[in-house]
Amino acid sequence: MTNQTIDIIIAGRRQRRRRWFIVNSLLLLLSFILCSTMLLLGSTFYTVSEVVRALSGETLEGVSFAVNTIRLPRMLAGLFAGFAFGIAGNTFQTMLRNPLANPDILGITAGSSVAALFCILILQTSDTTASIASVIAGLVTVALIYLLSRGSSFSVGRLILVGIGIQAMLSAVISYLLMEGAQEDLPSALQWISGSLNGSQIDDMLPLMLTVLICTPMVIVLGKHLSILELGEQSAFSLGLNTDKTRILLIVSSVSMLALATSVTGPISFVAFLAGPIAKRLVGTGYSNVVPAGLVGVNLVLGADLIGQFAFDARFPAGIVTGLLGAPFLLYLLIRMNRRGSLS
Amino acid sequence: MKPAHRFQAEEISAGYEQHTILNDINVEIPSNQINVIIGANACGKSTLLKTMARLIKPESGEITLDGKAISSIPSKQLARVLGLLPQSPIVPEGISVADLVGRGRFPHQSFLQGWTKKDYEAVAEAMEIMDITELANQNIDELSGGQRQRVWIAMALTQQTDILFLDEPTTFLDITYQIEILDMLTDLNRKYGTTIVMVLHDINLAARYADHIFALRQGELIAKGGPSEVMTSQLIGDLFGLHCTVIKDPVSHSPLVVPKGRYHV
Repeated sequence: MTNQTIDIIIAGRRQRRRRWFIVNSLLLLLSFILCSTMLLLGSTFYTVSEVVRALSGETLEGVSFAVNTIRLPRMLAGLFAGFAFGIAGNTFQTMLRNPLANPDILGITAGSSVAALFCILILQTSDTTASIASVIAGLVTVALIYLLSRGSSFSVGRLILVGIGIQAMLSAVISYLLMEGAQEDLPSALQWISGSLNGSQIDDMLPLMLTVLICTPMVIVLGKHLSILELGEQSAFSLGLNTDKTRILLIVSSVSMLALATSVTGPISFVAFLAGPIAKRLVGTGYSNVVPAGLVGVNLVLGADLIGQFAFDARFPAGIVTGLLGAPFLLYLLIRMNRRGSLS
Repeated sequence: MKPAHRFQAEEISAGYEQHTILNDINVEIPSNQINVIIGANACGKSTLLKTMARLIKPESGEITLDGKAISSIPSKQLARVLGLLPQSPIVPEGISVADLVGRGRFPHQSFLQGWTKKDYEAVAEAMEIMDITELANQNIDELSGGQRQRVWIAMALTQQTDILFLDEPTTFLDITYQIEILDMLTDLNRKYGTTIVMVLHDINLAARYADHIFALRQGELIAKGGPSEVMTSQLIGDLFGLHCTVIKDPVSHSPLVVPKGRYHV
């Protein structure tokens, strides 16, 4: 073996790593800009110094309330939920090697939404109970999809079809719950179900932030295992990976993040779907896609919220903007996959 | 030279769900040799390979490595001795050749560790053996079928196992690439003493490259041994239901099966 070969390999890996760092730095910078914009902009514009002073605890009339009670929770909700959606979506897409196999299409997000709506509208429970219920419901949905799509051999295509069916069923349940809910709860429920950062409160943020801070390192650490899982069951198994354990750990951590994010902001459509493929395109070949996917998620949610707030005469929730972006992408993906024959 | 191992399948029966495919098979794999499993379609050759590579749990019987049941060996430890190239490996999207080949290092790496010097050396060595150094930083999606197969074998090589299972490594390849791949596997065996166990569809290539042949019919082992003892017109008749005559291959001097048909008797 020659050192020349090693040098070629090292050079290539260094180049890919450099690109990875640049992409992440740019995404981070963009997130920072969007976060700051969300604190500065609102019905009135405050200067940087006003915002900083309000954040550091000084009482400024008007500013303190707007920044600390309205804009900060809104920004944090977008930041953490976007990150959670991005990572969860990417994990499923990589694990199942198909961009269509994401929590939105498979109905996992819908499962969490049903539980959260049921708790809040019908049972009138606390938000914490609703969050826990939505995590459990998300995991139950995964288990259900898995059981129903199990055949003599495992097929991602069948899994996606079963997921679409479950998603349709759960959407019907959501409509039913909205009809059954108390009249006075309806406006906020409707806003929530279309995926919105409106009305986020700082107290709701804590469970989401904690979950994201615990689960993200777990998914990052499992990144290497995920890349082995991506090679398919047979190769992964012969490389000595405990595939069942890895899958369960990855599913539990990403569904927990996803469900908590959903319980705070509602299902912001297509973020979990778009983040992974966009990040992959940016990062290029074969470097960990976990963190960039999370950052793309952040930028999508914050960007969509800002567009929804300021680009039109009326204010639209973030979920409607991402929906408008995501639907054409879904079509594009379906057409491309159909051409390559990888839908079957 | 790779160490010798005693690898045995004792009285194994296996199959999918209710379907039994292998019936009471006893196999001992000669160490440091090229072993080829032959047989007609659906005779269970691939099932036997997968059972030995522990992808399928046998219904009864036991697979042992140096006297220890493989089911009792921790999977990562076993993955350092035993490697497998599946029949149609799944190609992950958008990954460079070097990174894919490097994934074969997984059983040698600890939980959080990045690539060590040893990993780089193993990847470089495997890529040189398979002659894919120039492809190192290309995207796997851009390669031809023959190149891809070499990449997959290189990935299995970086695993640096003593025993390597390959499920039809030459299917879907042009004859030139078939010979190329089999030559490279022979290099590997001669140079490092890697025990190779593979399923081959082409009986003449099997006869040419194998040190040892296992012939399977309807889930039963009906013959084993060196190609010149095993490959007789009678055995080929039993295996495939084919009338043929067996001559000496003028190039490799191994047995060459010449089939007969209704028009050529």
